[in-house]
Amino acid sequence: MRLFIPAIAALVLAAPAWAQNAPLAAQACLSCHGANGAGQGGVPGLAGRDRAELVALMAAFRANERPATIMGRITRGYSEAEIAASAEYFSRQGR
Amino acid sequence: MTTTRRALLGAAITAPALVQAQTQARLLIIGGGFGGATAANFARRTYPWLQVTLVEPKTSFVTCPYGNLVLGGFRQIADITHSYDGLRARGVTVVHDWATGIDANARSVRLQGGQSLGYDRLILSPGIALRWGAIEGYDEAAAQTMPHAWVPGDGAQTLLLRRQLEAMPDGGVVGLAIPGNPFRCPPGPYERISMIAAYLKRHKPRSKILALDAKEAFSKQGLFQDAWAALYPGMIEWVPASRDGRVVRVDPRAMEFETEFGTRHKLDVANVIPPQSAARIAADVGLTDNSGWVPVNPVTFEARAAANIHVVGDANIPGPMPKSGFVANTTAKQAVAAAAAALRGEAAPEAVYFNTCYSHVGDDYGISVVGVFRPNAEATAIVEVPNSGGVSPRGNLPDQRRLEATYADSWYASITQDMFG
Repeated sequence: MRLFIPAIAALVLAAPAWAQNAPLAAQACLSCHGANGAGQGGVPGLAGRDRAELVALMAAFRANERPATIMGRITRGYSEAEIAASAEYFSRQGR
Repeated sequence: MTTTRRALLGAAITAPALVQAQTQARLLIIGGGFGGATAANFARRTYPWLQVTLVEPKTSFVTCPYGNLVLGGFRQIADITHSYDGLRARGVTVVHDWATGIDANARSVRLQGGQSLGYDRLILSPGIALRWGAIEGYDEAAAQTMPHAWVPGDGAQTLLLRRQLEAMPDGGVVGLAIPGNPFRCPPGPYERISMIAAYLKRHKPRSKILALDAKEAFSKQGLFQDAWAALYPGMIEWVPASRDGRVVRVDPRAMEFETEFGTRHKLDVANVIPPQSAARIAADVGLTDNSGWVPVNPVTFEARAAANIHVVGDANIPGPMPKSGFVANTTAKQAVAAAAAALRGEAAPEAVYFNTCYSHVGDDYGISVVGVFRPNAEATAIVEVPNSGGVSPRGNLPDQRRLEATYADSWYASITQDMFG
């Protein structure tokens, strides 16, 4: 029976319905930027944007090197690892 | 292993439904607001192996956020009313009933209709109770004359206050009684003042707003007061506790507020936002402390008094985080993730909590406060991340104000989609 456990685990990890969910640190982004970061009204979309471009953008907001309405205040609360994981997720979403 | 079981497991590899059936655990959620609806939707999206049931007495949900825009005439009540059909379509079992009791040992919730529901993990998001009688004379009957419009229910309280504003003569006085901390939606009373002022400026410009406050200071105070001076000069008088702002008694027949030092204010429209506590079920089950709110674990949001019951939304004491819809949303997701981890015998995931409270103060004029929060190193308390968050900059910044008003609308659309979509 033990033999089957890794097989089941692999199945769970591979299942697309699970894999498409945003990491916990990126969940808050969805509450303004829309489902999967698709954008909502006047708030720009994050979905499908280049990962490196998103990371650079967030770094610029954090460093106060880019004019921000609200993103400077937000990005300074997150770690580089959380921003990288979030950028990875959004870069993989369809526009 | 028997042949039958081997065959079953073999089939499971190609049939996820069977894997789910074997591992299916029951997540029961009480309360279908910002905490509970978020929890239900997030649980179904993220952990399809969870069997999710939501208990909520109302068949549709009227949000507190944007209720002030209904008062100002910027939205209709239908614009802020949401159906549970989207959650049903996600596979959530929605039960429209009142939860009247919780048996934590038997892991069972009793419903008013007589049914009992078992659970493996419970998310409790019951909201607040208004403390009737905390202000002398303010009870449920008084609220029919002096609406609170703070627990929207079916929207009747918000619509009552709106009708009263519409019926008021030009030159009348609108009074607000505002409570001390903590209470639901810290910037809410001041957004309400702003939205009422926007309506009066347009339709009854000789009217006044008298805001009597039990506090000395309030959320985004400088930004609000800048906006009031710029947009509604001479219309709004805000009175802090130290200038006898604390309302201790109301008289709905005479339409009067009486303050701590005996000043009586005669009003044309009276909005009483009374002191609050966690909803009654939290106290009945013994989850509240002397404050009337529920202390929780900063990582799992389990009640300190009952592991396995995760308490989210305005009923808990979330450290320095405000009682806001966004905090209910962000903490509900962490609570569900912690519950799912516990069911799989894993540790709770690392937590980061997020809040933004936007307030509309006039046409194309929005302001905000942002906070990012984490458990401290010992996981004994929640703390704000240093050098992050904060309020919008002050000064004459029309582009900033216009953008924040736009972003507020996007927030409302996105978060309600995250909850109900």
